[in-house]
This record gives sequence, structure tokens and C-alpha cells, in this order.
Amino acid sequence: MDYTLLFVQVLNGVQLGLLLFLVASGLTLVFGILDFVNLAHGSIYMVGAFIGASLTFYLGNFLLAVLIALPITGLVGYAIERLVARNLYDKDHLDHVLGTFGLILVLNTSAHLIWGPEGIAVPLPAWLDGQVELFEGAVIPTYRLLIIATGLGVAAGLFWLVNYTRLGMLIRAGASNRTMVSALGIDIQSLFALVFALGAMLAGLAGMLISPITEASIGMGGQIIITTFVVIIVGGIGSMKGAFIAAILIGLIDTLGRAFLGDLFELVMNADAAQTAAPAVSAMMIYILMAAVLAVRPQGLFPPKVR
Amino acid sequence: MGKLTRTGFITVLVMVALAVLPPMFLWSGQAFYMDLATRLVILAIAAVSLNLILGFGGLVSFGHAAFIGLGAYAAGIPSYHATWGGFEAIATYNGLFQIALAVGISALYALVTGAIALRTKGVYFIMITMAFGQMAYYFFLSLDIYGGDDGLTIDVRSELPGINLDNPLSLYLLAYVSLVVAMVIKFLIVNSRFGMVLQGAKGNPERMVTLGYNIYLYRLVAYVISGAMAGYAGFLLGNFTTFISPDMLDWTRSGELMFMVILGGAATIVGPVLGASVFILLEEILSSYTIFWQLPFGLMLIGVVLFIRGGLMGFFKGKGD
Amino acid sequence: MSAILNTSALCKSFGGVTATDNVSLEVEAGELHAIIGPNGAGKTTLISQLSGALRPDSGVIEFKGQDITTQPAHKRARLGITRSFQITSLVMGMSVLDNVALAVQARDGHSFRFIKPARKIRHLRDAAMQSLAHVGLDARADTATSALSHGEHRQMEIAIALASGADLMLLDEPMAGLGPEESNTLVSFLKTLKGQRTILLIEHDMDAVFALADRISVLVYGRIIATGTPGEIRNNADVRHAYLGEE
Repeated sequence: MDYTLLFVQVLNGVQLGLLLFLVASGLTLVFGILDFVNLAHGSIYMVGAFIGASLTFYLGNFLLAVLIALPITGLVGYAIERLVARNLYDKDHLDHVLGTFGLILVLNTSAHLIWGPEGIAVPLPAWLDGQVELFEGAVIPTYRLLIIATGLGVAAGLFWLVNYTRLGMLIRAGASNRTMVSALGIDIQSLFALVFALGAMLAGLAGMLISPITEASIGMGGQIIITTFVVIIVGGIGSMKGAFIAAILIGLIDTLGRAFLGDLFELVMNADAAQTAAPAVSAMMIYILMAAVLAVRPQGLFPPKVR
Repeated sequence: MGKLTRTGFITVLVMVALAVLPPMFLWSGQAFYMDLATRLVILAIAAVSLNLILGFGGLVSFGHAAFIGLGAYAAGIPSYHATWGGFEAIATYNGLFQIALAVGISALYALVTGAIALRTKGVYFIMITMAFGQMAYYFFLSLDIYGGDDGLTIDVRSELPGINLDNPLSLYLLAYVSLVVAMVIKFLIVNSRFGMVLQGAKGNPERMVTLGYNIYLYRLVAYVISGAMAGYAGFLLGNFTTFISPDMLDWTRSGELMFMVILGGAATIVGPVLGASVFILLEEILSSYTIFWQLPFGLMLIGVVLFIRGGLMGFFKGKGD
Repeated sequence: MSAILNTSALCKSFGGVTATDNVSLEVEAGELHAIIGPNGAGKTTLISQLSGALRPDSGVIEFKGQDITTQPAHKRARLGITRSFQITSLVMGMSVLDNVALAVQARDGHSFRFIKPARKIRHLRDAAMQSLAHVGLDARADTATSALSHGEHRQMEIAIALASGADLMLLDEPMAGLGPEESNTLVSFLKTLKGQRTILLIEHDMDAVFALADRISVLVYGRIIATGTPGEIRNNADVRHAYLGEE
């Protein structure tokens, strides 16, 4: 086995996992606190990518564009909370799902109206566009290291926020006892809106980070949302720690599966069969993992205590 | 009694319209509307099947398009091999065999995924059914032999005794009769002892367990019946479009199906048919005006969720039911 | 004397809180056995373990001589245990008759019967109507359950327990929320059941308990501190001390 290749693929897997975590953390936060299923979370990820792309071209500076696009995406999230989500909290999950499904159509079509049907490739500044050789033979695009660093930084920030701040305390209390928090005189409506906007910013950030690698496109939200669901199901819905671990796990399994499953299959079957079977099986691997986890623990790996 | 007759009236009205209008379109040379009606009726079968678990079982299943896709591929793959060789065991144009395969595979997929998904409840169930649906999507997407992303063209439609599916009217009539049969089957199931248990488990699972019902098993059986029925709809859809692609299995298709059910009125027999009709017609009308038709469509969807309780059937029946 | 239900050394705790502490209870066939105790004594938790909604941490539950400790709720129901709920638990979207008929239907073995309309099946309907008539709700049979009053819902709970044909009825505060008159009606109704069914009754209404029970167990902080006839319990010093707060 080629260990250098393995190392590079592991880094790729971690990078995918961290991006998944950014999207999943917002979703799990919103679900954990508001008991609200937001299918349109993937569309917010897409909106973030498009806003970031436009600003990159307008400002000519990717990092600056991301910094400005973040609060704008947060505002989009805030507006969605105000106009749609807020009216759905009291309804059942079926209504959440249908309402936010409608929201997906609205957001995706709006993106189509504003940015056109084609994807937008986002250029990186020269210093990010190169590669680094970590050790003999292990060449990594600099930008991927930036994604990993950003992902880890945001994850650390989120753990600090949820576990050690007043806002985090309110968030955790709000999850377990909504009336209690409002009885304490805290404006629960504003808290919810804030959490929603925060979730939108996290998803938007992931979209902005991925777009220089893939590109900003309309279909991107629909793809990531399901993988994100798998992440939070495996991790345990509402659990930040679970989302993190599951995201990394799924990022690794998906990446390594696609990279090495074909070779692995060739050990036990002929090359033709292996080349047919491997892509199909690796595409299903994370779902098989999900099924396996659920068969043993229907509540996911780290179910939150309350609920 | 007034309520009952009004439901009956709407049922008859919708079904008569679907029986009479499309052939008239065909004879007046408007084949396009005939196509529309065929798609509508086939999707209505799928919506009726989904409503068994969604409306009557209270199970918010978000992966129903997978069963339709499996059914469509069950028609397409044997036909593909019959034309191009390979996979002798299933290579055939025989429609009865393909139907058996479509229903069998969908039922099996429903059994396996349902057995896992039904161990969970609430939002977990929604997400898991969605994920299993998407698993089937990615499976076909990565099967290059059947076209992968590009899809699979059915060169030869299924051969059924006495029915020529190449004739649009025959295909439509088969779909229509299938829809009526599906509605009758569902009507029987819903009112049977099995159906009472299913509905009881929707209203109060704890009570049903206390009475001695193993609601997991009842739900699983309903899930399998529903999946099998959707697989049959998929067989028809494959023969209608003669082109199958993973896009048929995408989770947004499941969402649309779900919306048809809710739009028409869950927990009614004719509701999904009405919902599918309104959905398809609206889609058709809006998209003829603008390529951005999904924008008003999405807004309407949000509006329905926020303002119309009980779907169109609830609306027609009047408030205070 | 034969015990239909036996528990030995039953324990259940939530986090650090002990809800059931070493409970050994014997319910004899045909008796009306009441469990009383202050709020938070663990009465509902005990019932839930008997019905199978909760699994005890340790201890054994025997029903008709069979160890049912690990049986799921629906299997216990089939063996002949039914419960009513403290907070009304009915299928609100169905008619009163359908609710009760489902209890009758559960006795017939499996319900994987897909063709014949359930409402046209004679014996289901008759048996359900009989139970409803028993509690005086037959006139309301075709009404939507959600349209009934709280008192009527409580009656329905009893009708369902009757219709299930269970040998052992676990009644969790059947009088909760009833006015004095309704309570009296229910007490006299439960009296008519005595000897026919074994009943384990949890109730706050002391007048009702002392009027009905053959034997009473007193549960305090998850522990049974006394069991005896109403007369014995009334004069038990521990009970007076712990439960009634008297010195």
C-alpha cells in the first residue's frame, strides 16, 4: 500500500469531514434548540457560496469577500427565520419538512434568477493557489490546509460558545426547557433568530470554502443536505460533539472508500467486476454505516441527554 | 352524511374527469395533454401508495421516489439486456415478469430499509427514509453499465398480453385502471382490521402497544405494501417515459410526491389523486409562462403549509370536521 | 389464595433518584388492590414497569406464574395485563366505538386482515358496545373521541380496559380530574367489577380507596412501607406518620 497516498487521502477525508461539520453544526444547533427540521439548510450553504463568489469578483480578494459574505449570509438566515421558520415552530415535523421544501424551491430559483443557471468558479489568490510538500512525496494544495485550519478553528470556537458562554448556556437551556428560559425573562424569539442566523453563517462559510474547489452551483445544496442528515443521525441529533465525530468519520469513509475500494475489491474479485462494483458500493458506504449505527443505537452515537 | 356524500361526489368527479378528458384530448389531436394526463395518473398511483403510510400511518416517509425508481429500472434493465445481451437470467421484454420484479424489488427494499427506519421515530424517521432514498439514487448514479448519470433509454416497451403499451391510449387506460385498483385496494386496507390498527398507531402508539399490538410489525407491513405499490407505479412510469435516470429517485421527487398528498388531503382516498392533479397542472401552467416557475410554486407550497389545514379535501369538506 | 401478580425486589432509578426501591408486591386473583402514597412516591413508575412501558433495573415480575420481567409491553398485554392512563390516552381522531373495538380486536390474535371492513365485523362491534354500555357511554358510540368531555374520556379508559378482556387491570388514577358526582358513579361501577377482575388501583381519592380496596399497599419514596386491609392500614402507625404526616 502506498502510505503517502493514504496520508493525502486521509487529509482529504478530514477536510471533507470538517466542511460537513460546518453544515451539520448549524443544522443540529437549530434542531436541538428549536426542534425544527430545516431542509433548506443546504440552500443556505448554496446562497453563501454564491454571495462569496460574487463578492470575490467584485472585491478581487477571496478572503475579504468571505469576511463580508458571512454577515450577509447570517442576515439571509435571519430573514428566513423571521418570514418563514418562525411561523412553523408550533407545527409538526411534517409541516417543517414541507414548508422548508417550498423554501428550497424559492431559494434555488432565486439563485437561478440572480446568478444564472451556470456554476461560478471562484479564483483563489496566488499564495493560496499553490501546493505544499509536507514531507517526501506528500504534496497538498495549500488551500486544503486552510480549509482544515478554518474548520478546526470554527469547531473549537463552537465548543467554547456552547459550553462556556452565557449564550451557550441559554442555548443548552433552551433545548431542554423552553418555558423556563422565557420565564427567566430572556427574549426567546431573539435567541432563536440569533441561533438560526448563526447556523446560516456556518453553512454559508462551508459553501464559501468549497466553492474554489468545486464551484458555486445551484445543485450543491441538495447534495450536501442529505449527507449532513446522515452525519447528524449517526452523531445523534442535537449533539455538537456527535456531529463533529460523525462528520469526520463520514468524511473519511466517503473519501477513502472512493479512493481505495476498487483496489480492495480487486483482491477478491476480477478487475472488471471490481471496477463496476466499487463505485456503487462506495457511493452507498455512508448509508450502510448509518444503517449499521442505527441497528445498534437508534438514537445515534451521542444522543443528547435531554429530549 | 352530507360530508360523506360530498367526499363521494368529489371522488366521482375527479375519477370521471380522468376517465373522459384524456381520450377526448387524444381524439381531438392534442396528444400533449394525453401525455400530461398519463404522467398525472401514474404519479397519482405513487401518491396514493405514499398516502397509505403518510396519511393513514402517520409515517413521514421521505424516500418514496426510490421505490418508483426501482420499479422503473426493473422495467428498463431486463429490456436493456434483452436488446443488448448479457444477464440472461432477467433479460426479457415480458411485462408480467418485469412487474413481478418491480413489485418484488421495491417490496424487498421497503422491507430492509423499513425494518431499520421504523425502529426510530419523529425526525429521525424522516431523515433516515430520506437517506435510504438517496442511497438508491447514488447506487444507480454510479452504475455506469446502465448509463449512470446519463440514464437508460428503454428501446422496447414491456410486452403485456392483450395490451400494446406503444399505443398511448392503451398505456393511459392501463394506468387509469391501475389507479382505480390502487384506490380500491387502499380503501379496503384502510377500513380493514389491519387499517384500524395502523390508524390507531398513528393517533396513539402508546395506547396501541398497551392493547397488545406490536405496532412495529403493522407499520412495517404497511411500509412494504406502500413501497410495492410505488414500485408498480415506477414500472408504468418507465414504460411511459421510455427513459430512466437516477433523477427519478432524487429526494426532491420524494418531496414533490409528499406535497401532492398533503395538498390533496392526507388520510383521504381521493386526496392524493386530487393533489397530484393540481400539482401537475399547476406545474404545467406555471412553467409555460416562465422558466422560473418554481419560485411562485415554492411560495405557494409555503402558503399551503401555513394556511390550508387538511389539504384541498379538508377545504372542500368545510371547516370544523 | 393464589397470586396472579408477583414482584420481588423490584428496583428502578432515574439518574440518582430512586423511584422504585426494592418493591415486593403480591396481587391476588380477584382482589382489588390499591396502592396509595404521596405525590412522587413512584406509583406511576411502578405501574409502567408492570405494564412493560419501563424496564426495571433489577428484580423480577411474575404474572400467572410466568416471568415477564423482560417481556415487551405488547406481549404482556396479550398475556392479560391492561392499563389505563393517568393522563387520558385515547386515539382522538377515531370514534368512541372504534377506540373500544380496537381493544376487542386485540384479543383475536393478529390483525393482519386486510379485506373485510373492521366496522362490519359483528362480534367486535357487539363486544365494544357491551363495554360502552357497561360504563354508560353507549349513546356516544359514534361520536368523535375528541368531542367527549374529560369525564367521558375517563369512562372510555375503563371501557377499553374492560373490552380488552384482561385478567389484570392496572388503573392509574381513574378518578383524576373528576367531580364528586362522577367519582361516586365510577366508585360504584368499580364495585360491580369486584371479584370478576383483578384490579390494581392507584388513586389519590382516599374515600374511594377505602370504600373499594380489599387490600392496600402504601408506597413512600419508592418503598412499600405497609400492606394490609383498609382497617389495618388506617390504624398503622408508620402509615399515619409517613403518609398522613401525623405524629
